Amino acid sequence: MSEVQTAGGPPVRPGAGGPPDERIKQTSALHKAFVRPELGAMCGTILVLVFFLMVASDTGMFSAEGVMNWGTVAAQFMIIAVGACLLMIAGEFDLSVGSMIGFSGIVIAVLAVEMQLPMWLCIVLAFALALSLGALNGWLVVRTRLPSFIVTLAFLYILRGLTIFLSITMTRRTIIGGVNNSAEGDWLAPLFGGNILGDLFVWLADLGLIETFTRGRRMGEPVIDGIPMIMVWAVVLVFVGHWVLTRTRYGNWIFAAGGDAQAARYVGVPVDRVKISMFMVTAFCATVFATCQVMEFGSAAADRGVLKEFEAIICVVIGGALLTGGYGSVIGAALGALIFGIVQQGLFFTGVESSLFRVFLGVILLMAVILNTYVRRMITGER
Amino acid sequence: MGTPIFEMRDVEVASDAAEDDATNGAPFIEMRGIERHFGSVIALAGVSLTVNPGECHCLLGDNGAGKSTFIKVMSGVHRPTKGSIFLEGQPVTFQNPRHAMNAGIATVYQDLAMIPLMSVTRNFWMGREPEKRIGPFKVFDFKTADRVALTEMERMGIRLRDPGQAVGTLSGGERQSVAIARAVYFGARILILDEPTSALGVRQTANVLATVKRVREKGVGIVLITHNVRHALAVGDRFTVLNRGRTLGTARRGEVKPDELQDMMAGGQEMVDLEASLGGTV
Repeated sequence: MSEVQTAGGPPVRPGAGGPPDERIKQTSALHKAFVRPELGAMCGTILVLVFFLMVASDTGMFSAEGVMNWGTVAAQFMIIAVGACLLMIAGEFDLSVGSMIGFSGIVIAVLAVEMQLPMWLCIVLAFALALSLGALNGWLVVRTRLPSFIVTLAFLYILRGLTIFLSITMTRRTIIGGVNNSAEGDWLAPLFGGNILGDLFVWLADLGLIETFTRGRRMGEPVIDGIPMIMVWAVVLVFVGHWVLTRTRYGNWIFAAGGDAQAARYVGVPVDRVKISMFMVTAFCATVFATCQVMEFGSAAADRGVLKEFEAIICVVIGGALLTGGYGSVIGAALGALIFGIVQQGLFFTGVESSLFRVFLGVILLMAVILNTYVRRMITGER
Repeated sequence: MGTPIFEMRDVEVASDAAEDDATNGAPFIEMRGIERHFGSVIALAGVSLTVNPGECHCLLGDNGAGKSTFIKVMSGVHRPTKGSIFLEGQPVTFQNPRHAMNAGIATVYQDLAMIPLMSVTRNFWMGREPEKRIGPFKVFDFKTADRVALTEMERMGIRLRDPGQAVGTLSGGERQSVAIARAVYFGARILILDEPTSALGVRQTANVLATVKRVREKGVGIVLITHNVRHALAVGDRFTVLNRGRTLGTARRGEVKPDELQDMMAGGQEMVDLEASLGGTV
């Protein structure tokens, strides 16, 4: 570190401005590069990758098709983890994420299939509704000063109940199909349900780098027909979330709102506005997830997204965020989601009893959180 | 109410005298006959005080004397029930802390100054982050922010290893100094320090008091709240003692002895007797 001496500054006193404090150990560049909030999630990712490379390398898990399989699952987790991460850093929780996923999906399906509205309008309306509900969540938390845990727990039930009620009264079913017919030829739907870079995979297949179907209607086509949009959404959301959090003024306000709301208010940070906007981001992410799923399956179900709120929170915590707010990393949360995806699908590939998924997950959660706690204490000087 | 032990001076007279060597003209801020009631409780029953640029005005008083309520009125958190505030001779009513801050009155609260999980730079600029434009986007200008934070901390006599280090890794005294540096950098003309030394060790206290002296030399007026007479005498130009929500009196440096201040704070004769029985150890 270079010494900073300004013109006109008072003479520097010995002791404070003199030689560096002998009681502060000099830290190496290596230490600095590794001691970061994401360390636990990085180690976890490497650990599960190595583990499955050893036990599942012959199962097709690491073929192009297999990677697409667990990559898609990881992308789903990433999308909701980004919202949950930013909200947690701002000092709040949203337990209504899972119910919001079910709600948005049913809203799209009811509007498209029952009301026969054009698909783009259904999607826009679903987003508008979800964002308003997110804002309502945030407004209630900020206004009542109740813990967001309680407010959003109420919304977990309210939204799930409304979803089932809406679905049953409108269609007398809890699964609404036929959405793909309405999505046919729509301009907005491919943004959620389509693929990109299909030509690249055809080219790769021509080069013999990826396999092609050997039988059936699609003989000769590559086994992967492109990168699904849900992966694109995941990458874009992670990138934007990370950039906003670490590189912008608003990011500093998010940290400040969660670190100490009162101290932040004293220096003029609009804490309430920041918190409400983060609830809206969470709702946005849940709706992206729901829309991609509806487009992929061509149907919506009232029970979609159950327990997703907890899975999102687990990803975020594995990623190094502090449950009480003010500290965390979007990249870490994305790695947490990746761990989740690899483990969930990896156990499927290896044919291990699926109940072990939960055991494995619990162990990883515990290990990552213990490591994260040590790292955080090192960085922030907590005792 | 304790018997006045040192010669009571009229507040106005005291402030006039201080102006002669500090500045010419009206004091930067004048609080006149401030009262504040909370329901049936009278927290302040008439407190007056003036602060001039470049002076350190110590506000002394025992617990419950009304020091905290008084500075909250001064910094716009509470509005006075009675009495008036004059800023450079003009009457003002502070609507909220932000309003007072924009008028140049900054408050450093003992425990609410900093967010320990965040870096020094992020804390220093919190709420006023510098931005630069990259294409269509505005980003936090960390280069400028780090450089200014380092420079300002150096001026306060604190050398940082890395402006990106978390405030939680700093000592209590250093945290106070970051908060003071921040207030001064953003143009505070009156700096209210709420018991800055009460939780600190000997060395750190000395560092904070040295910082206070440095800031005062820049022409910033300081209101130092403390109940430690020795800390007050180390840096104060004038001393106002509060007792039970009232101003007991204001004295200038050199006019009052430490024992007298101590007795004033604690309520006069009873304390003298009590101290005698303790063998002068308090």
